[in-house]
Amino acid sequence: MFKIVKREEMAEGTVVLNEIEAPLIAKKAKPGQFVILKANETGERIPLTMADTDPDKGTITIIYMVVGKSTALFKTLETGDEYQDVIGPLGKPTHMEKVGKVVCVGGGTGIAVLHPITRGLKQAGNQVTSIIGARSKDLLIMEDAMKAASHELHVCTDDGSYGRKGFVTNVLKEILDREKIDLVVGIGPVPMMKFVSAMTKEYGVKTIVSLNPIMVDGTGMCGGCRVTIGGETKFACVDGPEFDGHQVDYDELMNRLQAYCEDEKECYDSFCTMNA
Amino acid sequence: MADTKAKKEKIPRHAMPEQDPDIRKRNFLEVPTGYTVEAAMQEAGRCLQCKKPSCVEGCPVQVDIPGFIALIREGDFNGAVRNLWTKNSLPAVCGRVCPQEIQCEGKCIVGKKDDPVAIGNLERFAADYARMNPTGELPPKQKSTGKKVAVVGSGPSGLTVAGDLIVKGHEVTVMEAFHKPGGVLVYGIPEFRLPKEIVFSEVAFLEKLGVKVECNAVVGRTVSLDELFEEGYDAVYIGVGAGLPRFMNIPGENLIGILSANEYLTRANLMKAYLFPEVDTPIPRGKNVVVLGAGNVAMDSARTAMRLGADSVKIVYRRSRDEMPARKAEIHHAEEEGIEMMLLTNPTKYIGNENGRLTGMECLKMELGEPDASGRRRPVPIEGSEFNIDTDLVIVAVGSGANPLLTQTTKDMQLNDWGYIIADPETGKTTKRGVWAGGDIVTGAATVILAMGAGRKAADSIHQYLSWGW
Repeated sequence: MFKIVKREEMAEGTVVLNEIEAPLIAKKAKPGQFVILKANETGERIPLTMADTDPDKGTITIIYMVVGKSTALFKTLETGDEYQDVIGPLGKPTHMEKVGKVVCVGGGTGIAVLHPITRGLKQAGNQVTSIIGARSKDLLIMEDAMKAASHELHVCTDDGSYGRKGFVTNVLKEILDREKIDLVVGIGPVPMMKFVSAMTKEYGVKTIVSLNPIMVDGTGMCGGCRVTIGGETKFACVDGPEFDGHQVDYDELMNRLQAYCEDEKECYDSFCTMNA
Repeated sequence: MADTKAKKEKIPRHAMPEQDPDIRKRNFLEVPTGYTVEAAMQEAGRCLQCKKPSCVEGCPVQVDIPGFIALIREGDFNGAVRNLWTKNSLPAVCGRVCPQEIQCEGKCIVGKKDDPVAIGNLERFAADYARMNPTGELPPKQKSTGKKVAVVGSGPSGLTVAGDLIVKGHEVTVMEAFHKPGGVLVYGIPEFRLPKEIVFSEVAFLEKLGVKVECNAVVGRTVSLDELFEEGYDAVYIGVGAGLPRFMNIPGENLIGILSANEYLTRANLMKAYLFPEVDTPIPRGKNVVVLGAGNVAMDSARTAMRLGADSVKIVYRRSRDEMPARKAEIHHAEEEGIEMMLLTNPTKYIGNENGRLTGMECLKMELGEPDASGRRRPVPIEGSEFNIDTDLVIVAVGSGANPLLTQTTKDMQLNDWGYIIADPETGKTTKRGVWAGGDIVTGAATVILAMGAGRKAADSIHQYLSWGW
């Protein structure tokens, strides 16, 4: 059992942070890696990239958006409650080295995953500019943490309720027009990563994205997380989760994420009715 | 049945009672329902008690078959299971899933003229009897050696190693990557062939003996092999199975509605997705299901699809019936349940709609040509024979390869060209000191009992090493 030692709600309760006791994972995990969590006996195995780890305290932090039954169930867990199973660290860590000027682009809960990578890239000696975005001010998370992890931070909201009005790609374009960038890291909703990658490809700037397809075991056994990278099938769980953003078939990924949407809706609706 | 001399009037082999095909094809309850006490004792009476029993030669773990059958005949069912345990730590499993027809029963002398003694059914009977009438009795354990063994993987070979070494006085910890122990017995073999409760009770039995079971432990990620030695383990056994799904590598394979058998069966078995939405893990319920491949895993997938409410389920296989690798009994069960066999047929591409969902599959008809390297006649495509099958769910069951997760992170252990671990066939020793391996990660996908046989040999070798050195 894996106890929640800290719980915080963000973005008007649509996003939840859990710091969880998992000493073995905390000792091993590196930025970019993920865990699989299962809340209880009948629960689903849900992969989530870690937002932080504290090897001394023996804890890991996850930040998730409530989007369906399983995350709604996660949300019912209070401080002191336990996840039945947490498995990890899984996937390959982010490759961190000094490359020069880096732009980190994050959207939604992708910002949580981007944060330790941003911090690591800054520590590695890079000049880091970050751009984070959300639909509106209330849904924006981790502004302060991202500010601390970067040399420069830009904030955008789709509706203009905070920061710049518009998409993260607008700011990214200005930066790419202005100076030579050596690496872009984009983590967020699939359409955001798709547009970021399309833009950086025009500018010939290497881009890393982190994918989160549907998976079961997370160890390369089921092949449910197949993604097409440069025309080749890869397993996101063991070959990723990070890939060259210019090689990803995003449309296929978006389709595959919809595989169980009707089942999920049924499950979520009945859960919400039960807990109404 | 006390009067065994009466066996001159030949008693025919007791058929295993089974659920009716029309009923069972829509439920997940076990298909064979098991012998009654009377049937078991009568069937045991058919054994000739050969002085030099060929059946034992046919068993990869050399169960004392005449011995345990004699005890059943006498009505000493606990004695029978005690006898089984000396050679086989998982009799309830083996009685169900071993291919007895090519092992013990294939060698049975009675079988020369008549149907062989139903050794598998009797093994299952004794094990089930002991489980349902527990005496609390445990096998004797030797005194503690103070040596620690890590077993990586809780499938049939790992559990065998654990069972063998714990009674020899060693401290044993089994590490499982999934959240439940049992390996392929739990994620792969369906409930209707091997109820999961049986596997968990076998594991609970090992725990009672002192084996520690750690789930959610991904060796190669959570902890590396070398770290296990740093933590004080004296020996490590690797039995992680062949968990890398093979796909067809034909166009359209990433459409929604195409799953590896590993994924499909893991959802159905380990995650119990057939109970969705009572459990949270969904599983695609196809109307017109196609299973590619004709081994036991293909039969398990097809029969699962039927139970999940399919209108039609087809096995598509490029060779002919004679070459199908599945057990005859499994093929028979599948056909009884209405699974169609579409033989000499090879898929060439998948067809999808605008939402990226599978709608069909293009296939070619095949004919058998000259024998290939495997000695089987090579299937050759018939030109111009393309045709389409309507399908909304394809399960790819064409075998599996070596999962590199553990081996990639272990530097000084040699692998063969296919990524399987090189291990001595007699001892299971790998090229890395203190490390043994067995089961599918050494041989490639094979059977439960062969994995157990490898585990038995490795356990003997590990015991020798812990007593006298490498």
